Amino acid sequence: MSGHGNTYVPKSALAKWFESRLPLVGLVHSSFVSFPVPRNLNYFWTFGAILIAMLVSQIVTGVWLAMHYDPSAANAFNSVEHIMRDVNYGWLLRYMHANGASMFFVAVYVHIFRNLYYGSYKAPREVLYILGVIIYLLMMATAFLGYTLPWGQMSFWGATVITSILGAIPVVGDTIQSLLWGGYSVGSPTLNRFFSLHYLLPFMITGVVVLHVWALHVTGQNNPAGIPIKSGKDAVAFTPYATIKDVFAAVVFFAFFAYWIFYQPNYLGHADNYVPANPAVTPAHIVPEWYFLPFYAILRAVPDKLGGVILMFSAVLILALAPWLDTSRVRSCNYRPIYRQFFFLFVVVCILLGWLGAKPPEGGYVIAARLCTAYYFLHFLLVMPLVGLFETPKALPGSILETVTGPGKQVGGSGMPVGAAAAPSSKG
Amino acid sequence: MKTTRVLAASLLAAVMSLSVASADEGTPHPPRETWSFAGIFGRFDQAQLQRGFQVYKEVCSSCHSMNLVRFRNLAEAGGPAFSAGQVKELASQYKVKEQNDAGEDVERPARAADPFPPPFPNEKAAAAANGGKAPPDFSVLAKARTYERGFPLFIVDAMPFVGFSEQGVDYIHALLNGYEEPPAGKEIPSGTYYNKYYAGHLIAMPKPISDGQVTYAKNDKGEPVVPETTEQYSKDVAAFMAWAAEPHMMARKALGLRVILFLLVLAGLLYYVKKKIWAKVGGEVHGLQPELHKTY
Repeated sequence: MSGHGNTYVPKSALAKWFESRLPLVGLVHSSFVSFPVPRNLNYFWTFGAILIAMLVSQIVTGVWLAMHYDPSAANAFNSVEHIMRDVNYGWLLRYMHANGASMFFVAVYVHIFRNLYYGSYKAPREVLYILGVIIYLLMMATAFLGYTLPWGQMSFWGATVITSILGAIPVVGDTIQSLLWGGYSVGSPTLNRFFSLHYLLPFMITGVVVLHVWALHVTGQNNPAGIPIKSGKDAVAFTPYATIKDVFAAVVFFAFFAYWIFYQPNYLGHADNYVPANPAVTPAHIVPEWYFLPFYAILRAVPDKLGGVILMFSAVLILALAPWLDTSRVRSCNYRPIYRQFFFLFVVVCILLGWLGAKPPEGGYVIAARLCTAYYFLHFLLVMPLVGLFETPKALPGSILETVTGPGKQVGGSGMPVGAAAAPSSKG
Repeated sequence: MKTTRVLAASLLAAVMSLSVASADEGTPHPPRETWSFAGIFGRFDQAQLQRGFQVYKEVCSSCHSMNLVRFRNLAEAGGPAFSAGQVKELASQYKVKEQNDAGEDVERPARAADPFPPPFPNEKAAAAANGGKAPPDFSVLAKARTYERGFPLFIVDAMPFVGFSEQGVDYIHALLNGYEEPPAGKEIPSGTYYNKYYAGHLIAMPKPISDGQVTYAKNDKGEPVVPETTEQYSKDVAAFMAWAAEPHMMARKALGLRVILFLLVLAGLLYYVKKKIWAKVGGEVHGLQPELHKTY
């Protein structure tokens, strides 16, 4: 995070004393105050800040919920209801946490599709991007573990289905399965373990988020034009420009989040999860949370269990290969007329997979899920490499400034003194 | 490359239309009712909750427990709003078991802080007395029942003002009114009853309530306030169950309005702060303007 001119100058004697021993304030200053930000960023770039806000919200509400929650099969369901009924504002904490998970995924999906559209995964941001994929994987694990905790029917049966999926892994599958179960089926020991892991993983996410932000501040941000900052006129300082924009966007997002908490708190969940877990009764349809549905559709599209598991995990892991599968050197889809169309097709296919994941695996749904699964993988394995080779991109603008003001025009004043903003990666 | 876009749209349409082809198998959707507590400004009707509680107490509670609701909840804000005295009096009509200092099981009258005593000592006893399956607990039942609305209604249901989240209470109301003669030739195994709205139509609960079974309090002139019919009883008890499942619903909706208005006003102010700050660097940043660039 020290890659670009540390412009922080401690003023007081105490600040100087501290800075010479641990340059923490300077680190924060160079990362969140003087950090050069491309001036053409649109609101899709505010979702990083929104995601950090959501992570904090989830951890804070989660820590409070854990004070009242009892992770035993006998009491878990009732302790959640105790939070809903008897704890002061317990209903608010719990609905914030449950809907917060969904909103976290809303934000992360916007963030991921923004990344894919503007080619942010390409050099030099591969490591930054792969750290993001790791965060996404950890988020999925955390959300799955968390959904188990209320110990309703969908919690129990979701846990049963997903852990039995892991059992399909050759050689180590059985061991992983019994380690997670803590016995021979999903039960109270499983719930204890899941609670422990659910509390652990968010702090692992926080650790990877620090690396993600660090990597970001080495390479600098991508932008809608997909071209690097070339002069101070292309950039503005993170504070106040990006800060105020991020705060504004986060407040709008939180208004959206609040709507779900207060007016549709159970819409994104399942009614079945208000039925206490019962190993003797299987729900009519076992359906995961909406944010897992595309992967669930891929899992069920394959007639073979192990094959389905492999394909499902590949669907996430293939994301990490995007920097090398995409052969185009142009980042932003705004300048890639052909790939842009395929990008939107990919978005539609992902939404369709999500919808199909919620439907019973029968008849036309299975055929549709197979077609969509095929396209999902072909998009990465065929479209990304080939379109990059044959497509003629549009002319890239000369500079970021030009995309804001039009070619050859001048603007009054620059956000960054020239030099301070130049080439954020120079020392990285 | 318009073609890919058309392709995507038609793919979407084709797959969505599948939902119509395999709609549910013979169980009609519950009719949509009007509920005072629905929507952003929804509030429970206290008189209705009190009537619903009466139906629960006199009819349902002989088989259905309500373990998570305590007597004191009946006097709390946003509920049936019985007085503290009424609740104390009500609780004292029930007996609860506890251990005395000598370790002996004794019975004492219930207090306001006690949960509703269940009709059966445990789940096995409840199952044994009811044909093998325990009647479901009422505490969160209104949230535990639903029916699928399908595409595109499920999207509309999430939206403000036109949204819909009362599937559970609609279902309970419909179920209580759904007892009817089975269609000719339909075999009804003993211990089951035909219900139009129950999945598979064969329900183990006999028709629980009939017209005139519960006598509601009359108004000052001695006239009934609402009709004493199954239709009315079922609406009242469903509303009561909605409250039992979500006792802080009114507080939630009231707080939500204030939170969202606050956030929207704050967002409005922040927007102008943001505009002012960005004006220093040459005004609003519009992102990309591809029309400014020649393509080749």
